Amino acid sequence: MTTAIGKSLSRIDGRLKVTGQATYAAEFNQEGQAHAVIVGSTVGLGRIEAIDSAAVEKMPGVVAVISHLNAQRLAYNEHRGPIDPPAGERLHVLQGTEIRFFGEPVAIVVAETLDQAEHAANALKVTYSARQPQVDAHAGERVIPAVARRPGARAEADVARGDADKALETAAVKVEAEYVIARENHNPMEPHATIAAWNGDRLTLWSKSQFVANEQAEIAAIFGIPPENVQVNCPFIGGAFGTSLRTWPHVTLAALAARHVNRPVKLVLTRKQMFFATGHRPYTLQRIALGAQPDGKLISIAHEGAGETSRYEEFMEALTSVTSFMYSCPNVRTSYRLIPLDASTPTYMRGPGEASGIHALECAVDELAYKLQMDPIDLRRINEPQIDEGRQVPFSSRSMLKCYDLGAERFGWSRRTPEPGSMRDGRLLIGYGMANASYPCLFAPANARVRLLPDGTVEVEAAASDMGPGTYTSMSQVAAEYLGIPVERIRFSLGRSDFPATPPHGGSMTMASVGSAIRAACLDLQAKAAVLAAKGGGNAGLAGQSPEALEWRDGMLFVKGRSDRGVTYADLVSYGGESPLVGEGTAARDAETGQKYSMHSFGAVFAEVAIDPDVKTIKVRRALGAYGVGRVVNPKLATSQCIGGMIGGIGMAIMERTVLDRRNGRPINAHMADYLVPVNLDTPHIEAHFVDEEDTIVNPLGVKGLGEIALVGMSAAVSNAIHHATGRRVHELPIMIENLL
Amino acid sequence: MRPFEFQRAASESEAIAAAAAGARYLAGGTTLVDLMREEVETPEKIVDINRLPLNYIRATDEAIVIGALARMSEVAANQDVRRLQPLIPETLTEGASPQLRNVASIGGNLLQRVRCPYFRMLDAACNKRVPGSGCSAIDGLNAGHAILGSSEHCVATHPSDLAVSLVALGATLSLKGPRGERTIPVEELFRLPESTPHLEHTLEPGELIVEVHVPNGPYARKARYLKVRDRSSYEFALVSAAAALHVENGIIKEVRIAAGGVGTRPWRMNAVEQALVGKPAARASYEIAAAVSTEETRPLSHNGFKVKLLPATIVRALEMAGDVA
Amino acid sequence: MSRREALQATAGAVAFAALPLPAQAADSAATPVPPTQTLPLEVTVNGRVHQLAVDPRLSVLDMLRERLSLTGTKKGCNQGACGACTVLIDGQRVNACLALAVMHDGAKITTIEGVAEGETLHPLQVAFIEHDAFQCGYCTSGQIMSGLGCISEGHASSAEEISYWMSGNICRCGAYPGIVAAVAQAAKEDRT
Repeated sequence: MTTAIGKSLSRIDGRLKVTGQATYAAEFNQEGQAHAVIVGSTVGLGRIEAIDSAAVEKMPGVVAVISHLNAQRLAYNEHRGPIDPPAGERLHVLQGTEIRFFGEPVAIVVAETLDQAEHAANALKVTYSARQPQVDAHAGERVIPAVARRPGARAEADVARGDADKALETAAVKVEAEYVIARENHNPMEPHATIAAWNGDRLTLWSKSQFVANEQAEIAAIFGIPPENVQVNCPFIGGAFGTSLRTWPHVTLAALAARHVNRPVKLVLTRKQMFFATGHRPYTLQRIALGAQPDGKLISIAHEGAGETSRYEEFMEALTSVTSFMYSCPNVRTSYRLIPLDASTPTYMRGPGEASGIHALECAVDELAYKLQMDPIDLRRINEPQIDEGRQVPFSSRSMLKCYDLGAERFGWSRRTPEPGSMRDGRLLIGYGMANASYPCLFAPANARVRLLPDGTVEVEAAASDMGPGTYTSMSQVAAEYLGIPVERIRFSLGRSDFPATPPHGGSMTMASVGSAIRAACLDLQAKAAVLAAKGGGNAGLAGQSPEALEWRDGMLFVKGRSDRGVTYADLVSYGGESPLVGEGTAARDAETGQKYSMHSFGAVFAEVAIDPDVKTIKVRRALGAYGVGRVVNPKLATSQCIGGMIGGIGMAIMERTVLDRRNGRPINAHMADYLVPVNLDTPHIEAHFVDEEDTIVNPLGVKGLGEIALVGMSAAVSNAIHHATGRRVHELPIMIENLL
Repeated sequence: MRPFEFQRAASESEAIAAAAAGARYLAGGTTLVDLMREEVETPEKIVDINRLPLNYIRATDEAIVIGALARMSEVAANQDVRRLQPLIPETLTEGASPQLRNVASIGGNLLQRVRCPYFRMLDAACNKRVPGSGCSAIDGLNAGHAILGSSEHCVATHPSDLAVSLVALGATLSLKGPRGERTIPVEELFRLPESTPHLEHTLEPGELIVEVHVPNGPYARKARYLKVRDRSSYEFALVSAAAALHVENGIIKEVRIAAGGVGTRPWRMNAVEQALVGKPAARASYEIAAAVSTEETRPLSHNGFKVKLLPATIVRALEMAGDVA
Repeated sequence: MSRREALQATAGAVAFAALPLPAQAADSAATPVPPTQTLPLEVTVNGRVHQLAVDPRLSVLDMLRERLSLTGTKKGCNQGACGACTVLIDGQRVNACLALAVMHDGAKITTIEGVAEGETLHPLQVAFIEHDAFQCGYCTSGQIMSGLGCISEGHASSAEEISYWMSGNICRCGAYPGIVAAVAQAAKEDRT
């Protein structure tokens, strides 16, 4: 065996990325292409009264001005992808006069050059009648999600076991707190971009997408054409973190504009426009009440959460789900509500739901530890559950205790003196904090194809994506592992809608789902090869053997137990049959496994902060995560992914917020200089560790996923560390200088 | 970006003539090009002055003289400047990013425009951009705005770090214009917004900043710049302070303090300075004096925290300056 | 005032009548604008001389990406706030998005496509791969060009110094530790 899985290979696509040859959506320039720029609404609610495009149409280079006045009527056929909100209807662009949120597209200007298009878009005169939008989540009505109101709903708004409220009354020690987390925008480095080109009624899109299969289906539904008429290509994604899961209006606009002007059109969002209609982590309001016995045993947990959504769609995330199984507790009550606002629809952002929900829970647990005068890790150990008490089923695996051990040891948790403000480094106030992390092991049906070529190399194809975790590399490792040949002989391609369909590249399910499909395809190829060998492998003494009598070792096929003679894949192809030899695989999780087990990744994350006692600057000096994520396919890339996630968590903790002007719903800091994300100098000394964990239940590969969990928990660890350093509990994120003065 | 006519000036007189006829000077372009792309700035004519011979740094016993086209990074790296005026390199490297500092000129740095988000948004009312249209920040989001020097017409802070230190150091500017040459203190370059926030500086039409003179005062080497912000780099100041001390036998003989991020222009802290002269160079003196800094502050709805942060920043900057050997 | 109120402006007595477009934008459509100027430009990019006729509005970034098919240089914010577009102009690292092409007539520009020598990667490129100094790869060109600048400026003697001098390049994937390690390694090789 080559045992390619588990090796710390460098990125296969590394050379392309360090030489500028990796090509992103906006870089597939087409012959005769024009540039389109979106004009966004400058009111937050109301109607378009008039659009005067005459002057703009005469400006140099302008090809077309497209608005509801002259845009094609689009079919907008029913289509709801797995990443679309479960209730409501997606935005229909340039189909009417209604304005639902600030920045909503009201027109597109197409011109020969980008400079011309941008200037013309600025000059377009649009008049509106405006009404007062309501964008304050605190003042908004909280509603039960529609899908939870339906009879027999799978999503529940209210979940309870025991009687949390009654138990809280009797609890010896209580903590109650409310948590507010700001809206965040993903802000990947690559702006959303689509190049659209029609050929008759066939459309090709080079489009930034984490889910090309869905983009194909969605655009086909919007334009009322068969899905096979739409080809979506996206070989590289310049970061996304969830913002390119859905197919947002700009993709439709690019295709609409290309059809309107009858030539290829490139549409790239400006950084400012990336704050309007490409989703965001919803603003959330949460209340947590914990009750414990004097020995620390939890007897009551109540967790009420609410998140903003738009008026036209109900975006839901797992805000309170973790609370039902994180700790052992007989009385637990959670509720989840939505707050519709005159804003665009939120979407999944790295660690969706869990990142916000666990923040509240883990800050509250830290507060409880102080009230109990217990070490926060000891308190968590006391309440470690044996099973998922919410669903009353066992965990497929849970290595929380190992994560505490490993994390605490590597972090030096024992050096911590519990008294707030008791640790110093010179003038600086030092604080240590920790928190639990968790994210579900999601899985969705996936397909893959492998093709054995006469030269002995193997092509692997799946419609998956690589937004940065290293899909190209890790999937090649999976194929190498299950074919028993060197990684160098695998060529993995992704990001095309005509490849075998895969689930969204998100939710930490790519390796679990696509990897399992590739494994299945490799096994299929091997079985076909064995049949072929039995037919034609005379030279190697394989002829006439039943496939069961053969075995694969080191990329060669042998009669079981013998190693003197064998055949290579290349030999097999030479024996005839199909060439190339194709293996196909599908991966699906049987429903029963999901019912019998609770499947989640877990981790313990730690942070050390240093706070200036005078001016209150907050520096995260060290961060560490210890994770139980099952099998790690490529530790080098997995470590990078976890480090990146933790840095994202630091951003969430102390910097990131999108602020809306309540007067008109305008995002006021829609700029990379004003929406702060961590820079190099903000990076702490940072470590990611993985505990040994074998999970034979989650999927055939035993991988539990790690892209999402990497962000989860860090904001709570930092918040708890800030409390430890200063004695102050700030119940809002981000925690900034102004909060500590 | 609005179309414009581009001209490259080969001499100062050519540049000044073009500017007097309505062209905008273009040096590094890090502010102007950015705002032109947003169409906040819509000049019809641009005169590129980058090839004028104004990129120099000279050191004398009395002063450092910096040509207006010296780049931020060049000034920060200059050995004479580092030796004689360490406050300037420290201030410059805390601003912008290495890439921007390689391009941005010293003259342009002083003339950079405000970071008020409403100023940058064409559809928002802004008296600075469109006189008489109103100020969106006063009743809007103003956490980043001024607590000193604001008016009912404008509350935007001046964004330059360098200007704060130059004001503290008592630097002067040599100007050249259609009507000849003159010299003004840096502090007098900046106007308060009052009822004319669109007029930001006192340069006459066509007037060009030629060079900056920074006197080598006795306080110049015991000087520090503290920039307080929510991320550790690549961000404008919430509050900043330049502090320069001349201490003899533990007693403050002379002190210069200016603050950034709080005022509609770089704010010299005269009252704080007066409260320090003759006092021991020690934290207790700093704290008493810094408390004076907030006397004339007028916070808005969201920037009240700056009233607390300002004296804390001054105290810490003084302490840092005091620690310089 | 609570924090929340500080985050969101109160809806005051603001008129919500139809907002006309701002005077400036409307004016620019209505008033005659100067005819689009086209200027000759000669630049040397990665050793190759290009003669172009350009709109003065054209940025060095769009010149590279849209006119010269050199798409390795990335557009992240187009506002000088992210560093993804970093190139070397006459040896200095700058943001190509805020540089007008016409300002750089006669300049020598080096982009990511000009860093390797044929098939041989530059030591910094090798170090980026070794230290896994990127994930999505979109900021990578800018990071490498900025890293080259950082090393040649002499700002790469310690991890802390590198971190300070590489803070003009945002990496949203958070590959910063790898970036610092890669620049440190290449700087060390550069010195030896």
